[in-house]
Amino acid sequence: MNVMVGLVAVLGLFGLGLAGGALGMGWIFGVVLPYAALLLFVGGLIYRVLGWASIPVPFRIPTTSGQQKSLSWVKQQKLDNPHSTFTVIGRMALEVLLFRSLLKNTKTEMVEGRRLVYATDLGLWIGAMAMHWSLLIVLIRHLRLFTNPVPFFVTFTENVDGFMEVGLPVVYVTSLVFVAGVAYLLYRRLSISQVRYISLVNDYFPLFLMLAIGVSGVWLRHLAKTDIASVKEMALGLVRFSPVVADSVSPLFYGHLFLVCVLLAYFPFSKLVHMAGVFLSPTRNMANNNRAVRHINPWDYPVKVHTYEEYEDDLREKMIGAGIPVEKQ
Amino acid sequence: MTRKAPKPDEMEYYQQEDLLKVDWEPPKTSWMDTPVDFRLGTYIYPGKAKKMKVFDLPYPRDWAVTDEDWQLPDGWKKTVLEGMADRLSKYRSFKVFMDTCVRCGACSDKCHFFIGSGDPKNMPVLRAELLRSIYRKDFTALGKVFGKLAGGRELTPDVIKEWFYYFYQCTECRRCSVFCPYGIDTAEITMMGRELLGLLGLYVNWVIEPVANCYRYGNHLGIQPHGLKDTLDFMADDIEEATGIRIDIPINKKGAEILFFTPSGDFVAAPGIYTCMAYMLLFHELGIDYTWSTYASDGGNFGLFTSHEAMKRLNSKIYSEAKRLGVKWILGGECGHMWRVIHQYMNTMTGPADFLEVPKSPLTGTVFENARSAKVVHIMEFLADAIRHGKLKLDPSRNDHIRVTFHDSCNPARGMGILEEPRYVIRNVCNNFFEMPENTIREQTFCCGGGAGLGTDENMEMRLRGGLPRGNAVRYVQERHGVNQLAAMCAIDRATLVTVCDYWAPGVEVTGICELVANAMVFEGESKRTHNLRLEPIPGMEETEEDEVVEMAANE
Repeated sequence: MNVMVGLVAVLGLFGLGLAGGALGMGWIFGVVLPYAALLLFVGGLIYRVLGWASIPVPFRIPTTSGQQKSLSWVKQQKLDNPHSTFTVIGRMALEVLLFRSLLKNTKTEMVEGRRLVYATDLGLWIGAMAMHWSLLIVLIRHLRLFTNPVPFFVTFTENVDGFMEVGLPVVYVTSLVFVAGVAYLLYRRLSISQVRYISLVNDYFPLFLMLAIGVSGVWLRHLAKTDIASVKEMALGLVRFSPVVADSVSPLFYGHLFLVCVLLAYFPFSKLVHMAGVFLSPTRNMANNNRAVRHINPWDYPVKVHTYEEYEDDLREKMIGAGIPVEKQ
Repeated sequence: MTRKAPKPDEMEYYQQEDLLKVDWEPPKTSWMDTPVDFRLGTYIYPGKAKKMKVFDLPYPRDWAVTDEDWQLPDGWKKTVLEGMADRLSKYRSFKVFMDTCVRCGACSDKCHFFIGSGDPKNMPVLRAELLRSIYRKDFTALGKVFGKLAGGRELTPDVIKEWFYYFYQCTECRRCSVFCPYGIDTAEITMMGRELLGLLGLYVNWVIEPVANCYRYGNHLGIQPHGLKDTLDFMADDIEEATGIRIDIPINKKGAEILFFTPSGDFVAAPGIYTCMAYMLLFHELGIDYTWSTYASDGGNFGLFTSHEAMKRLNSKIYSEAKRLGVKWILGGECGHMWRVIHQYMNTMTGPADFLEVPKSPLTGTVFENARSAKVVHIMEFLADAIRHGKLKLDPSRNDHIRVTFHDSCNPARGMGILEEPRYVIRNVCNNFFEMPENTIREQTFCCGGGAGLGTDENMEMRLRGGLPRGNAVRYVQERHGVNQLAAMCAIDRATLVTVCDYWAPGVEVTGICELVANAMVFEGESKRTHNLRLEPIPGMEETEEDEVVEMAANE
């Protein structure tokens, strides 16, 4: 059910984009909506990050995944249990760039009906790495459309990405890896019964969305062979705030672009904000030095306690009887 | 006479074959449409009104979990939603954890309760979704517009019942948090969930009664000062019987160098009491100038399982007592959740402890730099340092009949990272030490199934189910290496792992680490050690006829 809703929603949106292109609504689908989507993306993301950042962190609660820093001769696992800002940055970098926690993933199995085993399970890590990293590279490649002259790192990325030198225009590895990665994540979500059980429309929708963007993008480059010069003209127009609409651009392009707009607009208000959220996770971005450096709770308030005096008043006779020293005889 | 049939709060009620037939396949019905099944043995009794009043908790009332009507106070829905809004604005953790989960499922099979029960709501992700679905509906733009389509749901009394069942089916062990790519910590979610339930006066008695006791008498068991003195005196007698050494027991002693505290579980029940005896014996032998406190007679803090405020209300006694007694620094014994509180909360909540000195070992002169602000040292840090400097005279062969494995307790492992110190100590006092499989130890350690206030007998089925992964790993080393003892530096472990081992790996006993140390230690002026602290004969060290003659001569 949730799968179908996600799929139908994406197909519907794609159709809307196609129709917009076919009906010559280039100004809306090629100018107004991209600007609006970008505004929502940037504004939304800033809003979300500032929102999180404005919430206090009352306690320092890192999840420690290795040996603490204690006695000088005990070897600390600095990246799993950081004690300083520097090592926290190391831990975060590994988490953000390499998804290190996912790298530890295991799959629990019961063998012989009585013995639990925990096998390394890298499927999710590989799928996630493939999807995220290829997405980044695809984005960098798209900068070609928004820049003139094209910066060297974009050309360099393209050259490396197209190393197979297959097809005309050349096939980029990351295009394929991206689509395969998203498809695998979707397959995984559907095929592992526990994961399917927890999945919401919110989980299928972005996967179908990215899949559709990836497939339509590949289609545009290799099958429909869009008028790339006109696309670049439009893209540069957007960047220079003097938008133009080229009539020679196919409806398929508008379908692709509209889905990208939807993704941008949807991003800050959905689970996709994990991209920014991971940086603010207190169990990962804090140093485990609680006993060495005092952490301050900004909203700390006095609480009702049972003082020693009240305790002794309550129990003085018994304490004296047992020979336990008291403050007041 | 036939034996009475076992009841659901007894281990014998459950057949291993049944519990091993875990079905991890989710049910046909969607989780939002699957109501809670309150089955005896899987839930904990409510907090008693009398105990709640001691601690001034709201809406004290006597009710039963199986009641149709939980007598939720007027305006309960508003109370919960306002409570959520309040916490979302105070805890970045809560807000970020509500927002960032992508339901990747990495955590799904990391929870011992899921592994042991197969109940999908014991997957950490779904445990959080119980709360997140309400959050979505009432606090997010998409949820407000799309409602159920965006994964939101209405807050109803059934949701409250579900929260109660599943937030008291989480031991806040944080294992899932290790595997989560965003570090989402179910302990944090559960703590928030329990706080929200608390706003409606919904608690479990296994937590609230200890909290009330601790508030009034300084320890969870409600041991009064004279009772504590008697308890420790009895231990001194047993120590003398085992070793021939008579120890002093300093209580509420002003001007002592060190304030020592440990979880009160170690005062009353085996095998914890042997660890407690070991502390006193070690301090006596090492000439440590320390004191117990009757007021701060529990380092454990069930406030952690109640609310942040409750935690602070109970924790305040530690520093204030250290100040009153004029000690220089504080030493804490073997405990799990106590160390989460001491290490991650105490300094912030009830510090700064600037009236204390930076801890320095009187034995070795080592300054504990890692505790320079909080001024509290873990007994394993202290002992590892002392052993490293050769300050303990040890004869590990006295423990040769023991083949020991070590269970990392959740909180010291994942809320602190004290992994090597206890292992160093164990290796120095035991010749036969065997690790359990690597996915079940250190930061990946499995909970005993009874932490965070779940270790009560009425919860026996869930304890055995939750204890399955740990018990399974214990049985592995038992079968492979002949392991016969499991060492754990946590009082809840020492209470609940006894059951888990008896059930899943019968023949394996539970011990504290200090007990192993004291049994291996050669004391000044000790009599020939024929018995350990449990007053069991030590194999290979039995009394010979010659000893008896000597002993008789000595007695004459």
